[in-house]
Amino acid sequence: MTTAATTASRGLTWGLRGRTPADLPVHADVGPPPAPPTPSGTSAAGVAGLVGGTGRGVRVCVVDSGVEGEHPGVGPVDGSWAVVKDEAGVRVTESAAADSCGHGTACAGIIRRIAPDCELHSVRVLGERFSGSGEMLLTGLRWAVEQGFDVVNLSLSTTKNRFAEELHALADAAYFGRTVIVASAHNAQVESFPWRFASVISVGSHQETDPDLYLYNPQPPVEFFAHGQNVEVAWIGGTSIRTSGNSFATPFVAGMCARILSSHPRMTTFQLKSVLYLSAANVRVSDLPQQPSPREGTIP
Amino acid sequence: MIESTYPHAPASASASADARLGPATAELLQSVVNVARAIFAAEAGSILLLDRATDELVFRAVSGQGQDFLVGRRFPAGQGIAGWVAASGEPLIVDDLRRNTAFDRLLAESTRYVPDALMAAPLIHGAEVLGVLEVLDPAPAARASLPELDLLSLFARQAATALQVAVSGCPGCAADGRDDPAADKRQEVARLLSDARRLLDDL
Repeated sequence: MTTAATTASRGLTWGLRGRTPADLPVHADVGPPPAPPTPSGTSAAGVAGLVGGTGRGVRVCVVDSGVEGEHPGVGPVDGSWAVVKDEAGVRVTESAAADSCGHGTACAGIIRRIAPDCELHSVRVLGERFSGSGEMLLTGLRWAVEQGFDVVNLSLSTTKNRFAEELHALADAAYFGRTVIVASAHNAQVESFPWRFASVISVGSHQETDPDLYLYNPQPPVEFFAHGQNVEVAWIGGTSIRTSGNSFATPFVAGMCARILSSHPRMTTFQLKSVLYLSAANVRVSDLPQQPSPREGTIP
Repeated sequence: MIESTYPHAPASASASADARLGPATAELLQSVVNVARAIFAAEAGSILLLDRATDELVFRAVSGQGQDFLVGRRFPAGQGIAGWVAASGEPLIVDDLRRNTAFDRLLAESTRYVPDALMAAPLIHGAEVLGVLEVLDPAPAARASLPELDLLSLFARQAATALQVAVSGCPGCAADGRDDPAADKRQEVARLLSDARRLLDDL
């Protein structure tokens, strides 16, 4: 089931004083058919029906090094902006569809492969100059959230602790505002943000060769793993290369989010994460007896 | 992500890390690229350090192809694969570059050498990126594989810590051992060595 808040509930913030359930209607999309049984239990892949969209009607923003326009592996870029820093401060301005190194184009191409009919937008946060890159990342991400994009692909992170609190607040605002931030975990074992936050969908790389395989991590904080090794990607100059890293697993999941939202546009971010969880190749609904959690048995 | 200058460097001295590199540090950097090249059986290796005053990356040590002419060359820090690695703080592997005409042109203009594959990892110490360690044309067995990317990243962190120690020395070391920055660095070096040993065991 997917849901959407109604106009009547928009003023609801802190409590339900004076409101009854009848005052809080929530309209939901029809859910998927029941999952078929498998020898190892019930396949959670029954939610596959939720993943059947093409991305049509979904606005995806790639926050990165820019996206090359008219690249055969990317197709149309519906909007290009850049974060610039000058005497007036840091701001977002419209720019040419260009990429300073190829990384953003690679991410956009993967999203296009997974969700071919989505709207693709770009905001360049790297490449203008080196200094202040953490500030530019924060500015670009905030701008993307304020624009109300449905999905934001962030194959970047910052190691600067001083940005963590502001990024955390921004990630939470995006979560409640139905902008899904899909963020790369750092490739190295380095503490960085915002992928560490529960309000984003965090992605790392598995080492399998299947480009469409994705897995749920039973031991987060990295929640999902997708194809990130030896990936054929679009690159600058209308070309392609092979590359590896979490950066290229992340747009796969961003593309999956676009597909899901195109068929179920009223889905909330927590529902989206549930669908990804249930459709991951390693998640099975089994008949095994449940293990008691450490807290069970403590409540009379 | 990079925001600050070299630790312990006064603001006026942050214009160039190069000025702080004495012969011993240059020897250290050369040793790092030599070892990185050997680990990955690569055609070349290089270290590029950030010059914040000019927003440029500067070749400070090169092993193999380009060794004779690349040291001292500069290019804008926000561009190219090395620029992305420095700005993002993330390692990256790219392959099949020779069939990438755009890459060929840009690289050939600045380095006169066009690799087919490139691995690059940030020289990161704490939350600071000091530069980039690049390995060009590693042996085919060492390419495009996540464990090798992990290994290069770990080695680069080790090199960054060594560089940090070499550049900053041990100013202000407390006589009683409390708040001893050198001790912190030695501890980090030991931890990185332990991580490297574990990673090599896993390969």
